[in-house]
Amino acid sequence: MHDRVALSAIPAARIEAGPQGPKPRHAFSRRNIFIYGTLIVVSLYYLLPLYVMVVTSLKGMPEIRLGNIFAPPMEITFEPWAKAWATACTGLNCDGLSRGFWNSVRITVPSVIISIVIASVNGYALANWRFKGADVFFTILIVGAFIPYQVMIYPIVIVLREIGLYGSLSGLVIVHSIFGMPILTLLFRNYFASMPEELFKAARVDGAGFWGIYFRIMLPMSLPIFVVAIILQITGIWNDFLFGVIYTRPESYPMTVQLNNIVNSMQGVKEYNVNMAATILTGLVPLFVYFVSGKLFVRGIAAGAVKG
Amino acid sequence: MNTSVSVKDLSLAFGTVSVLQDMNLDIGDGEFLVLLGPSGCGKSTLLNCIAGLIDVSSGQIFINGRNVTWEEPKDRGIGMVFQSYALYPQMTVEKNLSFGLRVAGMPKPQIAERVTRASEILQIGALLQRKPAALSGGQRQRVAIGRALVRDAEVFLFDEPLSNLDAKLRSELRVEIKRLHQKLGNTMIYVTHDQIEAMTLADRIAVMKGGVIQQLDAPQQIYNRPVNRFVAGFLGSPGMNFLEGQVEAGGDAPDFVARNVRIPLKGYGFGIKGAYTGPATLGIRPEHIGVNTGSGWPFSAAVEVEVVEPMGSDTLVWARLGGQNITMLVSSERSPRVGEMVTIGFDPMRASLFDGANGDRL
Repeated sequence: MHDRVALSAIPAARIEAGPQGPKPRHAFSRRNIFIYGTLIVVSLYYLLPLYVMVVTSLKGMPEIRLGNIFAPPMEITFEPWAKAWATACTGLNCDGLSRGFWNSVRITVPSVIISIVIASVNGYALANWRFKGADVFFTILIVGAFIPYQVMIYPIVIVLREIGLYGSLSGLVIVHSIFGMPILTLLFRNYFASMPEELFKAARVDGAGFWGIYFRIMLPMSLPIFVVAIILQITGIWNDFLFGVIYTRPESYPMTVQLNNIVNSMQGVKEYNVNMAATILTGLVPLFVYFVSGKLFVRGIAAGAVKG
Repeated sequence: MNTSVSVKDLSLAFGTVSVLQDMNLDIGDGEFLVLLGPSGCGKSTLLNCIAGLIDVSSGQIFINGRNVTWEEPKDRGIGMVFQSYALYPQMTVEKNLSFGLRVAGMPKPQIAERVTRASEILQIGALLQRKPAALSGGQRQRVAIGRALVRDAEVFLFDEPLSNLDAKLRSELRVEIKRLHQKLGNTMIYVTHDQIEAMTLADRIAVMKGGVIQQLDAPQQIYNRPVNRFVAGFLGSPGMNFLEGQVEAGGDAPDFVARNVRIPLKGYGFGIKGAYTGPATLGIRPEHIGVNTGSGWPFSAAVEVEVVEPMGSDTLVWARLGGQNITMLVSSERSPRVGEMVTIGFDPMRASLFDGANGDRL
């Protein structure tokens, strides 16, 4: 007891020479150089092609023929962009990508809505209402997620033909909705299963039924997972090429198919600037979706780890 | 007393796994019944069956004389409080409280009246516009109780409601639940694995193990006359001492013999099966053993103190008797030192004797 009093009376003596406080960090340590160096190299690797595309799309054809693909445009022109959007020829018609853009919108919007609405209810039912055969149903869905699309292309052609939807936009919407189902149901099921079971029980004691719990308890809590699902579906369906080219006719081709037709058209000169502009235009929608909802997307992906 | 909740021949099995077996339980009107047992004993499952959240495999459940075996939870006249509070995170406290009433389509003025009344009883009026995330654990649990309160439920079901709280808050809320019960007079069924909660709250305790009720009785009765070794060991802290040995015929009454120690069982009330000889376990609670308290005991022995555990008001003293560990609870002022020889004594009347084979009380 006496010793302790004596020590606290001379506090200065307690700090000794040597390391003290936070450990100093050096900006140019080997670790930092390695980390930032790698990051810079990787981003260059990804950004360089984009840079080439943007500059090329802003050049006129004479300038492109000079062959300096990395050089910035001497004379900026938006003509290739206008042409790609409105007047580029794809096979028979010459109204550019605009037609494909609106086709893609007409395909993507209903497909995203239908698939997410159905899958979220599926996932909710599978996670919370353990009905008879739920496990079998779930297993079938999961197996469905692993079957290669190619196997099902021809049977679906026949089915669509039989119900008279082959070649129409609604046929393609149905196909997209169905193919989104396994992965989306899995996504929603796992999200709803991660919610505390007692919440569901409490709602049942409070008298809420199947839809009451879904709309009043579950939905308000699941914005993050809906954002994830929307992003997955918009990018997936917008970028789809295979189903678009198989299940629609030329006048209702989605944007991706039209892009392919523009870039691969055989007649005349290869207009690199128009091709580049068309490609960027097509990629703009998913890019926009990512930029707008990036934060929510990350939150939704990590949602399983966060307590409610 | 009228029965409020009746469980009749209730069994529950998931596939081949049997969780509850032929459960029979009658709970009186206004009674506070505690279901006590270790985790996995089926106590929460039984509560969920009464609530209607799990379908039973066989048997019946009556609430207030009405057969509710096939009824939905909302139609059973119950309110339930969960361990994790289970508050709806996106709703304010007020909306949480009124959710059940809104679902039922009750007129707004009536809802407001009930919410106000419940929030007054629980003193959560100032919190009504907050979201659950902005509440402390104790406040959340109060809101959860309020949600059962506004429903005007006849029976309150508590599923380990205090297990997520820290020790201090737990004891505070425990008292509040007891007050609430005294004020409301509802039937309450309370699941816990905490024996202190069970002892302090219950009118009757049902001690469960392996899906079977071992003993259903008043807390003091369960504490003093446990029907088997499991119940004896589960209740009480520090736990009951168990001495393994033999019951042998003695002079005017049988003796309990553990190696070189002979304890006369004169005064011990044998059960309906009568006197017994053979392998047995003698159970005696640490606070029923006197240390250096004179020679008035029917049984006394001199032992050496091995370990001393001060616990504040009391001190737990460890020694060996008949080659087996034995603990005694003494007041801290009179705590002996390690190595000291002390005289211990107890009355076999306060002990419990269990069959060595099946652990049943003799």
